[in-house]
Amino acid sequence: MSHHELDARRMLCPMPVIKTQNKIKELQDGDILDVICTDPGALSDIPAWARINGHEIVGHREVDDELIITVRVVI
Amino acid sequence: MTRKHKAVALISGGLDSLLAVRVMQEQGIEVEGINFYTGFCVEGHTHAIRNHDKDKQKRNNALWVAEQLGIKLHIVDVIEEYKEVLLNPKHGYGANMNPCLDCKIFMVKKAVEWVKENYDDGFDFIITGEVIGQRPMSQRKETMPIISNESGADDILLRPLCAKNLPETKPELEGWVDREKLFGFSGRNRKPQMALAEQYGFKDYATPAGGCCFLTDKKYSDKLVDLWKGRGTREYEMDDIMLLKVGRHIRPKPEFKLIIARDAGESKYLEGYRKQFITLHAVSHNGPLAMIDGDIDSDDFEFVAGIVARYGQGRDAEEVSVEFAMPDQDKKTLKIKPLSTDEVLKEWHV
Ligand code: SF4
Repeated sequence: MSHHELDARRMLCPMPVIKTQNKIKELQDGDILDVICTDPGALSDIPAWARINGHEIVGHREVDDELIITVRVVI
Repeated sequence: MTRKHKAVALISGGLDSLLAVRVMQEQGIEVEGINFYTGFCVEGHTHAIRNHDKDKQKRNNALWVAEQLGIKLHIVDVIEEYKEVLLNPKHGYGANMNPCLDCKIFMVKKAVEWVKENYDDGFDFIITGEVIGQRPMSQRKETMPIISNESGADDILLRPLCAKNLPETKPELEGWVDREKLFGFSGRNRKPQMALAEQYGFKDYATPAGGCCFLTDKKYSDKLVDLWKGRGTREYEMDDIMLLKVGRHIRPKPEFKLIIARDAGESKYLEGYRKQFITLHAVSHNGPLAMIDGDIDSDDFEFVAGIVARYGQGRDAEEVSVEFAMPDQDKKTLKIKPLSTDEVLKEWHV
């Protein structure tokens, strides 16, 4: 189990979702991924994508103007 | 034991693809969705930019549709490959810069390729929510076989909503699906689809007016054509696509245009481009951020400062200070008199 980070700053939806999806393809079951984004739309899109594909959203937090969404990979 | 047959569905986020999948699920077909992101899709981005759009729902309809249906959705970035479709469409454009027929062929073809790349033997056929006569350019009776043939999908492309008006496809001939339970929708009338949605209990589905992407929008298409004309070449990058959706675009001279933010959200968005473009804004008064796309001579700085000042609170002032920020150079401030409304010529507006 490892911890990863994805820089999706300044990308507009659905790019953060696409990047998350592609990154998760490389990860293992139980891995944690922090997606750092600036488009508030990601806050609805990434969880929706995770629900559909069976991954788990651990939580999200806002740091300055950035949004960090944490996903746990479920394979 | 007979295995469940599987189909991959092109999901745009609209009602038709939602229904097409549901019709298949009713027949016991297992479906996964695929959504292609060309960069021009109505889904996504702009809502993140403008203030007034903030209250609108921020959902991505393709994801929403997949969730309603309980299917997986794969979103595929086809921005680069799509350029060829948009720049050289074999079948031409629709009312605006939308190459719908080539686009459909491209997407079905990509779906065929995607299935081959990702699954050795998983999917049996492809479905779309196409309806004959729904769209004047791409969804006509004559275009349906063109899409099937040129995409290479041939008889494994099934359109559950209008299948009864079309020749039988492999899934029907093989008995994987019951043709009798498919539909024969045609024409622009959306009532049959709405009735079916009601029957299945779908509410709040998206009903995009023009099409699934910005290329069907006249204003957007005009800006794209202007961009190509200004640069003397028909090329674009992702940033260009985004910037065409932001701000007022004013081209006072052929070599450059100004993009002037319309609200604080857009100003903030344009700030992200400060390292790539010359930006300017009034400092003596409140006003929007603007950026210059193209080649500008420093002799024209006063002129463009006058235009930008016209869109800020200093529009009636005798003098406004405008600060220019150049990538990798010192900032520069000019004092100018804003142009009057009449001086900002109508034909400059893209
Ligand atoms: S509206 Fe846009 S995305 Fe939809 S078929 Fe036409 S060109 Fe393709």
